[in-house]
Order: sequence, then structure tokens, then C-alpha cells
Amino acid sequence: MDGIHDVGGLAGFGPVEVEPDEPVFHADWERSVLRLLLAAGAAGLHNGGRFRHSIERMDPAHYLSSSYYEHWLTGIATTVVERGLADVDDLERRAGGRFALSRPDRGTGCELAVTESHEPRFAVGDAVRVRAWHPRGHTRAPRYVQGHRGVVVRVDGVFSVPDVEAHRDDTIGNPTYSVRFDAAELWGDGAEPGTAVHVDLWECYLEADR
Amino acid sequence: MSHDHDDHGHAHHPAPLAPVEARVAALEAVLVGRGLLDAARLDEVVARFEQDFGPLNGAKVVARAWTDPAYKARLLADGTAAIAELGFGGPEGDHIVVVENSESVHNLVVCTLCSCYPWPVLGLPPAWYKAPAYRSRAVREPRTLLAEMGTVVPDDVEIRVWDSSAEIRYLVLPQRPAGSEGLDEGALAGLVTRDAMIGVAR
Repeated sequence: MDGIHDVGGLAGFGPVEVEPDEPVFHADWERSVLRLLLAAGAAGLHNGGRFRHSIERMDPAHYLSSSYYEHWLTGIATTVVERGLADVDDLERRAGGRFALSRPDRGTGCELAVTESHEPRFAVGDAVRVRAWHPRGHTRAPRYVQGHRGVVVRVDGVFSVPDVEAHRDDTIGNPTYSVRFDAAELWGDGAEPGTAVHVDLWECYLEADR
Repeated sequence: MSHDHDDHGHAHHPAPLAPVEARVAALEAVLVGRGLLDAARLDEVVARFEQDFGPLNGAKVVARAWTDPAYKARLLADGTAAIAELGFGGPEGDHIVVVENSESVHNLVVCTLCSCYPWPVLGLPPAWYKAPAYRSRAVREPRTLLAEMGTVVPDDVEIRVWDSSAEIRYLVLPQRPAGSEGLDEGALAGLVTRDAMIGVAR
């Protein structure tokens, strides 16, 4: 989904704020959230795609005003409620106040045609174009490359298509590629000279660029 | 799911959130009650992340590559396997690709969609790596961003940004500093910073 998480290329966030000598955890609750993530994963409540999408569906204002560990907390809590292990009233009673969850899942599975495929269709040097389909559900094709042309620079192994695993109980494997995009292809006249962006993309996201 | 905005009729002025510590405790209590969370056992796992994962691991990998050409060749050909030779691996480290800086190329790693990061060699990511300012700008204006962060990349050096949007995690192999010829591997590792292995330093 073209959600608030998909920030590549957006302007207006200001300078990067680096905290000198940053600790691994700023507070005990952050460590507790990592425990929650490990427990939820071990219990099979989510996989990579499902977990990411539980965060992507956060209210945009909440997403931007909370830290990354709070994103994890909100996503895991949303999954726990969606799996029927608790309801929001239960969480709020225990927390003694409002417990924001993410918005409902509007995805259906991969919104592109995709079948299990282990033989790479593209090779290093091939010109490709990223499909532009802006799904309602999860995808790892960032908005800023959808519809754009690039060149395959590396062929990686077969991995579960996250668009499928985020919404369905089955999985479909596809080869992935590192695709190089010239900055001017992505940002037009505003591109910085001498820069290129590489994005790792599943085969079903790509078509040959003839 | 839309409870927080719709159920109580105050769509534009929702009540303040319960403190984050209280929300964490509430969710933890639910999972403990369901028999899905054993805090003591998970604390051991988290402590292992804190103790065993960190940029010192990546620095050892880099220093080995600087001093052993055969190792460097293996590292660039199969990062995961070469890193495992030094005993490093684990979550977020199953598929690591190492990208090499040179006189003409500078590499920069970002995850625009979330926070993908090679935990076994760099540890858990710093907050700025996960924040929108870095994620949004690294792909749009990397040269400007790096200069702002104190790293001026000359105009004749190409900047290659790697958005780790899938399953590959990236580690930058910085250039060996000039004047470091007399240093052994251990001393060289002391020169390698986390930021150089992300690519925000050169």
C-alpha cells in the first residue's frame, strides 16, 4: 500500500538527528518490545510480510509521532487482536487507557499475477520496468520505483513473495533481483548527478523493458 | 480495529494513549496468559543480541578483508559465507551482500520501507537509521544528506544507494585508510566505524 511507511523520496522531514553514544535500548520497555516480537514470531502469529504490514497500517499521525519500538508494539498488538487472542477492550483495561491499533487489512494477497517460479526470467544486464499497480495490501516495491525503468545488477535466490504471505496462509516463491535505477529516471531534473539507487525486487514486480 | 477513532464518537479528538510502558505491559500480560511468552527465556535471547551482535563484528570482517586478499574475494562473492567464517551469523544475517567502496564509488545503505539492517555484523540499528528523515532522503538526495552528516563525497565519485527492501542485508566495505600500512588486523579493526559500514561516513 502507498502508506506512511513508504517514505523513499518524500521531502520535509528535516535533518537526520543523530544521538551520540546511543544505547541499544533507551528504556526497559524497548527491550520488552523485542521480547514481544520474538514471542509473536515463535508462536507463528506473523511472518515477515504480515509483521511489516501490521505496522504499515498504523494511523499516519501515530506512525510519525512514535518511535520504531512503538511501531513494533502497535503492529504486534494489532496481530494479537486480529488472531483473536485478545480484544482491544481487554488491552485497554489492562493498560489503563487508550491502546491504538492499526487500521484494518485491506489486502487480498498478491494483487499481481504470480505463480511459483524458481528459474530466474531475467539476467544481469537485462533492462526491466517495475510494474505500477499500487496495491491495497503489502508490497516491497516502493512507490518511488513503481513504473520506472532499471537494469538488473544481481540475481538472488528464491524467496517467499511478501505480498502473498502478508495476507494468506500459503506462500509463493519467486526469484529476487537487485535492480539499478539512475537517479534521473526516478527524480527527473531534480536528481543529484552521479548517483544511482538499487532496489531489491521480486520477479513478479518486474516486466521486460523492450 | 478502528476502535480508537470510531467507537467513542470523538473521531477528531481521541483520548490520549495510555503510556507506552503500560501498553507494553498489557500486551505482554496477554501473551504470558496465553502461554506464548516466557520472559526469562527470551531475556537470554535478547541479551545474546546485545552482547554478541554489534559493529565490532563488522569491523573484524572489514579488517580481515583489508589484510587478506583471498578473504576479501570470498567476502565480495558470498558475504554470508565469508562472514560465517569469522563466527558471525543469525537473525537478519542470513543473506548478506558486501558492497565495496573505491576511489570512484561510494556505497550507502538504507531501508526506505522499514528498518532492514544486518544485525549480526552491525547490531540493532540506531534510531536515526529507522527515522523518516534518513529513509526518505537517502534515495532522493544522498550527496546532500551525506554532506550534511559530515561526509563530503567528491563530485567525481559515484554514490550507489542500496535500498534493502527484500531479504538481502548490506554491509559496506570501506576503503583502507591511507597510512595504515603498518597496522595489524586488530589495530585496523579499531579504525572501522559503524557509520562507515552503513556508508554515512567514508
